[in-house]
Amino acid sequence: MSNVVVVTSGKGGVGKTTSSASLGASLARAGSKVVVVDFDVGLRNLDLVMGAERRVVFDLVNVVQGDAKLPQALIRDKRLENLSLLPASQTRDKDALTEEGVGRVIDELRESFDWIICDSPAGIEKGATMAMRFADTAVVVTNPEVSSVRDSDRIIGMLDSKTCRAERGERLEKQLLLTRYDAGRAARGEMMTVEDVLEILAIPLLGIINESPDVLTASNVGCPITLHNPASAAARAYDDAARRLMGETVPLTTPRQEKQGFMARLFGRKAAA
Amino acid sequence: MDAEAITLPTIRIRGRSFMAMVVAPEFPFGDWFAALDRQLAGAPGFFADRPVVVDLAGVLEAVGQDSFPVVLEGLAARGMKIAGVEGIRPAHLAGTAWADLATNLHGREVPLNPRAGAPPPAPAHVPSLLIERPVRSGQSIVFEEGDITIVGPVASGAEVIAGGSVHVYGALRGRAIAGLKTEGARIFCRKLEAEMVGVDQLYRTAENWGPDLHGRAVQVRCDRGALRLLALD
Repeated sequence: MSNVVVVTSGKGGVGKTTSSASLGASLARAGSKVVVVDFDVGLRNLDLVMGAERRVVFDLVNVVQGDAKLPQALIRDKRLENLSLLPASQTRDKDALTEEGVGRVIDELRESFDWIICDSPAGIEKGATMAMRFADTAVVVTNPEVSSVRDSDRIIGMLDSKTCRAERGERLEKQLLLTRYDAGRAARGEMMTVEDVLEILAIPLLGIINESPDVLTASNVGCPITLHNPASAAARAYDDAARRLMGETVPLTTPRQEKQGFMARLFGRKAAA
Repeated sequence: MDAEAITLPTIRIRGRSFMAMVVAPEFPFGDWFAALDRQLAGAPGFFADRPVVVDLAGVLEAVGQDSFPVVLEGLAARGMKIAGVEGIRPAHLAGTAWADLATNLHGREVPLNPRAGAPPPAPAHVPSLLIERPVRSGQSIVFEEGDITIVGPVASGAEVIAGGSVHVYGALRGRAIAGLKTEGARIFCRKLEAEMVGVDQLYRTAENWGPDLHGRAVQVRCDRGALRLLALD
């Protein structure tokens, strides 16, 4: 049975696209057939992060509007043959998406893929509502800072009211992916802690991705970090999150404070006091 | 005669105006009386000890003068003290049991005190709304009919507006406004981290209460025209 996952956040720049690509690659490496769909019509990025920007011919809008067949628009990843990308259009806007058309595309994708990862645009407007509309599960990407947490809370409210599942009175699983986390700064009170975020959002934790330069490096070379640098802490955290998404029980190790020098410890203590 | 006149006391007459209720029955009478009965059931004492003036102009126009006794008896049977009628000429009631009702009353329209008015303040049953999930940012829960009880948190950027009191069994991080319709409403929360609270048209934002209340169980009430936040623990 296929599973439609929306990766969403409300706020921009928190790591939705990076997380969509990384989770997609992790799930594909585990053997599932995965497609990652870019819903950010007009500001497409997923093709760049997945290194497929020079292979885009048709896109989501073409398929939604019936100008192209789905197999024409799907781009198969060169590194993993069971990972595909359905890119967004860069020249159109979000109004080009219709509920009927998106529903048809999702139904067609369900026939050939195990996981359909919908990379939502930022905001709460049409692009975001279309991305979440047909979801079975939601991954809420949040940074440990107040504005991101509040926007995520807003999105959770929408997931509970504006999705097909919610309207049918069914449960839509929502899980938190905390990205750009820095345990040291959280310990010093400069950043919200995991507990702070969980207390406010009150949804289960899917994973914690530490702030890491490896993530940006992977994005810049157009390769999901789980493929580019599988040994990195961030890649392992995404792999764990993907396994939890598949229903496995993987113990979650709360990131410890990185080893720090004497001076840092000294200042850290001062700030905490 | 003269002697008698001297011993009799002087009659003193004072003028006083009373407020009379004006009711205007409408055709078909079955429906109108059913609606009246429902309203009386909600506020049984509404017409007690109040003079009632019956506006029969509509009845005269719809079905004519023959139905006047029926209508008036229907009202009297419900305990209304009919002091007069208006909208018709005295001749219309001639020959009926109601012929001596005053037909030429003067008065001016007075707005009714809404509290004395129809169903809303029905004291017997105060409805309440129970919400058993977190109220998320951007959501607005409005329940003007009564109290709101929330089992869970109210997020920053969410608002809860109640005609009566607001009870939050969780952290209140957004806005809560109580007492839209009733006096004496309060806000209760397990953990005050609110952006704004308001009771009885008075409100206060977070920067106007001390940090010592932050994070505590608090009730908010209106006391002699001032908003008070009191710790519960």
